[in-house]
Amino acid sequence: MGEAIRQRKVAGMRANFPLRWVPAATLVLLLGPVFAGLLGTLLPAFGYLPALGGVTFSLEPWRALFAAPGVAESIRLSFVTGLAVTALSFAVVILFFAGWHGTASFAWVQRFLSPLLSIPHVTVAFGLAFLLAPSGWIFRLTSPWLTGYDRPPDLIIVQDPDGLALIAGLMIKEIPFLFLMTLAAIGQVDAARVRTMARTLGYGTVAAWLKSVFPLVYRQIRLPVFAVLAFAASVVDVSVVLAPSTPPPLAVQLVRWFNDPDLALRFVASAGALVQLALVVAAILVWWLGERIVARLGRAWVRAGGRARADLPLRLAAATALTASFLAAFLGLASMALWSIAGRWRFPDPVPSRLSLDAWMANADRLMNATVNTATIGLAAALVGLILTVGCLENEARFGRRATSRALWLLYLPLIVPQIAFLFGTQVLLVVSDLDGAWVAVAGAHLVFVLPYVFLSLADPYRAWDERYARAALCLGASPLRVFWRVKLPMLLRPVLVAAAVGFTVSIGQYLPTLFAGAGRIDTLTTEAVSLASGADRRAIGAYALLQMTLPFIAFGLAAAAPAWLFRDRRGLRVTA
Amino acid sequence: MRILIAALAAILTFIAAPDGKAQDWNEVIGKARGQVVFWNAWGGDERINAYIAWAGDQVQARYGVTVRHVKLSDTSEAVARVVAEKAAGQFDGGSVDLIGINGENFAAMKRNDLLFGPWTQDAPNYRFVDTVNKKTTTVDFTVPVDHLEAPWGMAQFVFMHDTAHVDRPPRSIPALLEWAKGNPGRFTYPQPPDFLGTTFLKQALIELAADPAVLQAAADVARVTAPLWAYLDALHPLMWRRGQVFPQNGPALQRLLDDGEIAIALSFEPAEASGLIAQGKLPDTVRTFVLEGGTIGNTNFVAIPFNANAREGAMVLANFLMSPEAQARKQDPEVWGSFTVLDTARLPEAAGEAFRALDLGVATLSPGELGATLLEPHPSWVAALEAEWAKRYASGK
Repeated sequence: MGEAIRQRKVAGMRANFPLRWVPAATLVLLLGPVFAGLLGTLLPAFGYLPALGGVTFSLEPWRALFAAPGVAESIRLSFVTGLAVTALSFAVVILFFAGWHGTASFAWVQRFLSPLLSIPHVTVAFGLAFLLAPSGWIFRLTSPWLTGYDRPPDLIIVQDPDGLALIAGLMIKEIPFLFLMTLAAIGQVDAARVRTMARTLGYGTVAAWLKSVFPLVYRQIRLPVFAVLAFAASVVDVSVVLAPSTPPPLAVQLVRWFNDPDLALRFVASAGALVQLALVVAAILVWWLGERIVARLGRAWVRAGGRARADLPLRLAAATALTASFLAAFLGLASMALWSIAGRWRFPDPVPSRLSLDAWMANADRLMNATVNTATIGLAAALVGLILTVGCLENEARFGRRATSRALWLLYLPLIVPQIAFLFGTQVLLVVSDLDGAWVAVAGAHLVFVLPYVFLSLADPYRAWDERYARAALCLGASPLRVFWRVKLPMLLRPVLVAAAVGFTVSIGQYLPTLFAGAGRIDTLTTEAVSLASGADRRAIGAYALLQMTLPFIAFGLAAAAPAWLFRDRRGLRVTA
Repeated sequence: MRILIAALAAILTFIAAPDGKAQDWNEVIGKARGQVVFWNAWGGDERINAYIAWAGDQVQARYGVTVRHVKLSDTSEAVARVVAEKAAGQFDGGSVDLIGINGENFAAMKRNDLLFGPWTQDAPNYRFVDTVNKKTTTVDFTVPVDHLEAPWGMAQFVFMHDTAHVDRPPRSIPALLEWAKGNPGRFTYPQPPDFLGTTFLKQALIELAADPAVLQAAADVARVTAPLWAYLDALHPLMWRRGQVFPQNGPALQRLLDDGEIAIALSFEPAEASGLIAQGKLPDTVRTFVLEGGTIGNTNFVAIPFNANAREGAMVLANFLMSPEAQARKQDPEVWGSFTVLDTARLPEAAGEAFRALDLGVATLSPGELGATLLEPHPSWVAALEAEWAKRYASGK
């Protein structure tokens, strides 16, 4: 019997020979563009790019970069934004976990934050701008009866030179991300028991969690934190909406240079892209130093044994910050929905004085075109990402190779290396291979960013699957392939579809990869919305933004509904949560 | 009667056109069928985007040419693409077929031999273009057009003001500063290098420079522009957001006017205010005014890159854009409100009537009221002004 299984396994291995190649293929697809792109940026940064007339190495791009007006301020702005967004979001999330994990309010927050994660960054940024600007909804709702304004006040709120609006806009999205990452991490440690133990020793709610659970959890959310740091220090689309423009953050300035007709500026932009990379590395180093300091202080704090029971203000502060960020996102999105059907909406009317579907009708074709592009590219990237992920995990399950924590670093690499640092190099390669502007190039570029999220989202449930089901099926004479299709996949259908939905959602939000790989020819909802960002019609932005939010909801809705419907008469597979 | 003669004359020219030429154009139409034209044009204005979509539908229906609008946030992006393609040795099958262009971008492309042509003289509708009274259809920012780009629309720099907040609009650049002193925070301009913002700088420079004639050629920038920077140093603290934040383009500026954040805005289309009022995007108290010394005027064009993939399709499209039908629709304030490049007096009766029937709207000045048109400075000024502006006002604290 045992021999029979062994033989079947061997036969199965031979039949599934390609499976062994999946991890390697995945790594190539994941990291190939990153490294090739970095090289393609590195050479022009030192003056070498024969296609543009640079045939000798020189330091001229660097001289030009540091002579450019405002570049020091751009660097400072990006650096501060990255660290501020990360530190503040992290503090809010950790304090909220410390103060509220395990309570009813916590479950409530969890339910509302998850959908927020699926909305593209730039959509949330638009919402915030629509809400907070002096002509935004808050001032409309409170004027003139409360504020006395019959015209918008001349206040710098959005695009303020210090980048506060940018920091706030990014925090609204990074808080749910870190929240769910922490939630996933906490499932791996016995948090409830550890904490109860600490509580029985007399520690306050927050202190108990911080002293006992946090050290266990932090190790696991370190990479997501770095991803947040890198993203916030190099984001372009959100910056276009919320960041100052005199000067803009470094990445925005780089995109401008990459698009300038003066080709010499591409060399400067390449040098700038390396500065952007160094900036992110420096920010991570600063964070790492902060880790050391906090660890040292924290150990002293733990040893001192203070019970810190008067923590109510801290708990309330965390809850307030979280609620405020959620409310801002929700009201912002609602105001965009309202704008998309506004005919006339003058300040200070609280709601439009006239409703109209003009924004939808006038843009119907382009909305449709962008939606189709967005959906097909997202589906393709999610599907390929899913196949590769399942291939890797199945390979791991059958041949018993567990991914190490170093492999996890590889997975996070595309999320930590700033996009602008390698996308130009990737574009050069695409031009050389005559693929720039092709749909498949855009989908491929999206895959680089979709894959890590699909993998992260599927890995745990996939690894947690009980292999004894497979063994039982093999004993009944099924081939490994059949076992996979008939037993494993149906049982894992829910997490598999959720992972696909996550990948789809990540694709929807991609701006720079679409811009660089699409050569301006492939419009998605995100590129369309950002191209309108700089000025135009709030109604049209509202329409694009509404579609941007709708697609992820459809995806997650389907991911939830499909298994429920497919397994409607399979009690054992029903969702019980 | 005069119209009838003009119409007859037009028909006669048409009949009298040499056969060879007509033949050529038929050949162009034949080759164009089935081509896909990637039209690279600024995509920041919904009304222009809608017009471009309409034009695409028309040439699709009539000539079987498919048009894809590649929306740029700045025209220079398309120029950059063509430059990059030439540098990479791609001499045909390029990704840009038609560019909406003028000024510095045209000058750069012409200088680097990046344009196909001359060809516009062969386009049947070119003969209606007013090259006599609308000089800028043949000289683009002091650079001769040489039939390398097809005139598409007339632009003149105008100011919009909301009469609910402004009784007597300032009619000169120094008067604008005086007005701003009494109305702090109620004026701003788009951040250069946005073309509207740059045009404001040029307009101000023309009025403030000791001798505007030097602007028609490259010159000693520092000396000539000193009065401009002194003026802006005084104006910025009185502007919206104290000059620390700038709207990014024209539509953003008009939105501020609509919201009541500012009271005076800028436009490059004399009929734009009326169009926006009709669409519910500006209050109906907005009116247009110009400066006493005249304002800058120019023509915008479409051009075909040397390596365009769908050259014939682009020519057919460009010719359609110059047609009386497309031009009349473009001038309709409810559609776009961009003034025609054609000599409407020379058009056939029905086509001319379409223009005369247009209601230019409440906020549009008559051609007489629009006043003198000032010539654009030499393109070299654009880069100089933009660089200096960025250094002074966009380098942080």
